[in-house]
Amino acid sequence: MVKKVKLRIAFLLALILSIILSLFLILQSLEKDVVFFLSPTDIKNLEEIEKKKIRVGGMVKDKSVSINSNKINFIVTDFKNEINVSYSGSVPNLFSENKGVVAEGFLQDRSYFKAVKILAKHDENYMPPEVKEALGDK
Amino acid sequence: MIPNFIGYYSLIFGLASSVIIFILSLKSYKIKIIDKKIFSLSFLQFFFVLTSFFSLVICFVISDFSNETVFNNSHSNKPIFYKISGTWGNHEGSLLLWLLVLTLFLFLFLIYSKDEVKRYRILTLVFQQVIIIGFFLFVLITSNPFNYLFPKPVEGLGLNPILQDPALAIHPPILYIGYVGASIIFSSSLAATVENYISKSWAKNIKIWILVSWIFLTVGIMLGSIWAYYELGWGGFWFWDPVENVSLMPWICLTALLHCILVLEKRDFLKTWTIILSIATFTLSMCGTFLVRSGILNSVHTFANDPSRGIFILSFLFFLVIMSLVIFFTFYQEKKEDYQKIYFLSKEVSILINNWFLMYFLSVILIGTLYPIFLEVISNQKISVGPPFYNKLIVPFLIFFMLFMSIGPNFRWIKETNIKNKFQLILFFFLSMFLSLIFLEKIGRTDLFNSLLLVASLHLVFITIKDFFSKKIHNFSKKISHFGFSLLILSILLNGIMSSEITMNLKVGDSFNFGKEKIFFKSLKNNKINNYQSITGHFIVVDDKKNIYEFEPELRIYDQPEVVTSEADIKTDLFGDKFLVINKIKGDEYFNVRYQIKPFMIWIWISTLLLVIGGSISLYKRYYEK
Repeated sequence: MVKKVKLRIAFLLALILSIILSLFLILQSLEKDVVFFLSPTDIKNLEEIEKKKIRVGGMVKDKSVSINSNKINFIVTDFKNEINVSYSGSVPNLFSENKGVVAEGFLQDRSYFKAVKILAKHDENYMPPEVKEALGDK
Repeated sequence: MIPNFIGYYSLIFGLASSVIIFILSLKSYKIKIIDKKIFSLSFLQFFFVLTSFFSLVICFVISDFSNETVFNNSHSNKPIFYKISGTWGNHEGSLLLWLLVLTLFLFLFLIYSKDEVKRYRILTLVFQQVIIIGFFLFVLITSNPFNYLFPKPVEGLGLNPILQDPALAIHPPILYIGYVGASIIFSSSLAATVENYISKSWAKNIKIWILVSWIFLTVGIMLGSIWAYYELGWGGFWFWDPVENVSLMPWICLTALLHCILVLEKRDFLKTWTIILSIATFTLSMCGTFLVRSGILNSVHTFANDPSRGIFILSFLFFLVIMSLVIFFTFYQEKKEDYQKIYFLSKEVSILINNWFLMYFLSVILIGTLYPIFLEVISNQKISVGPPFYNKLIVPFLIFFMLFMSIGPNFRWIKETNIKNKFQLILFFFLSMFLSLIFLEKIGRTDLFNSLLLVASLHLVFITIKDFFSKKIHNFSKKISHFGFSLLILSILLNGIMSSEITMNLKVGDSFNFGKEKIFFKSLKNNKINNYQSITGHFIVVDDKKNIYEFEPELRIYDQPEVVTSEADIKTDLFGDKFLVINKIKGDEYFNVRYQIKPFMIWIWISTLLLVIGGSISLYKRYYEK
């Protein structure tokens, strides 16, 4: 009987310790590795510019896309503020002017964003919820 | 028109038979004799749902646009294959499919559990009927596939073109079999709890169902992954996207269950844990359905955002979870003789360690998937959790997981007196260290975790290969699956660290250099095919050994609905894939060209297949032994 209790206690201790350890690890990485989503207006209102990776969402401004052999430049707007985005890499099928877009990358200053990834949308009716919301009070 | 009518009423009859079966089984439970009518009614119920499902298929095939589902998701000039697969390529149809598999599985369970205790069988039936009735109501109330449109529209809206793909046509049915198989495990483990029948023979019986769901879930996830690889045009196969995660979570749970059921079968303990895992697996499957279908996670799976559907699934999910918890805590009894002496060096403890690791991986993925949703609800902050989070938390533990995996499975039950082949283990370990070192030096990558993971996975590959030659243990299915898993991790790792890619914007006639290769954009072709317009680019890639590869990536511009999809051209061989995809940006001039080299890609699929083959052999043996 005593052995059984001992085993139980050892097992429970190990269980609790491992739960605490894994929760600690997970929460710590959550703090470091999440990517925040901002609209051009949010960026304008930022207090300081961090080196962290963020996402910017909004509409690709009409007639703002310019292309050369290794770069695509365009302007993302939420109809209140806008931001210049430069990107080199592959674009999703549904990337075009006057369509919603989400770009992931690093903020250089308040009006210049260097994207490392442009997120795909899955169909023509679909708009990223972030964009919908950013455009919501247009 | 007529099929529509038949389909709808079959569904209602199906629900009615469900209710009757439910009442009859409760009666049978009291008198302890199974009413023969239950079998015929179960068959009838399956037959009704089948009829309903086929009616919907017929509606799609004849393009009956007076049916709202067909109108929303089909088009008369779509190829017949995609008309049929369109049946489950939408919310309503896929739920009908879910219901079909539910009733089919229940029927199969009734047939294949003849030798089991009667009251346990009846109770499983009762719990399964609760789930079935829930889904009947869900389909009929919130997502009726047979809504009638008047006046009849002339043409449908079409199926999202990226879903018009062979791999994706069979991905939902297969994944569903996996998900729904978990419902049988759920019901029967609840029944076993009530009847106090959690025993070796129950484990033997339920293991078949665990294997079936595990096999189908694995294949389903693999198909989705293959599709993402060649159709989405990003060249990756796993993005840690929430929609992918919700299918991986039940898989991990099921894998844990698959191992711990062995302990129950052989040693008659870990009972509580088995029941908890069974409940968790099904809860996670339902959770997946909820997250994917409710529109909370936006993806290609989200067909329509209707909050009432989300609320229905969520309440149903809560109902099932609370019901199972209440049953578990009221009926679960620990037997006094449950306690057995446990030695640290034994198979049961190593399986426990395996479960421990799996639960850790599961909680990482669970938190990573749910945290953004909760944060948005609570603070309206929008965040996303990406690959770095998962890599950082999973890779270090995966290293230990694989090291344990190279020793644990060869332990004996009860007590291992001495670890066999200590010398071989150490030898292989140093061999893999040596090989990894040379290899990493050669490709110039020396980060700590990747190197350690490479050592661990190589070690496991060697050990699992060695196991094929050892005569002592005859468990062939385990050997194949474990070898498959080690190969999977190894190929994912090598693929990850050796992949390279470049993206350029090119006009016809341009060329560019990429490492030792030179890529020429030769010409363009326009074609009108079926329901889309095709633009095919012609590319030539010349490598340093003057080998010439021709690529013909394609852009498809569908008109119904108006969508552009990219069809990548992939050259596959045993050592790696070359992957080229084009995309039009603005006007006609520039094409966004992406060229990738993905080493050992095919081994990822092969090793997943090995996992499945291992599972199938085990299933075959189980069945044969019976």
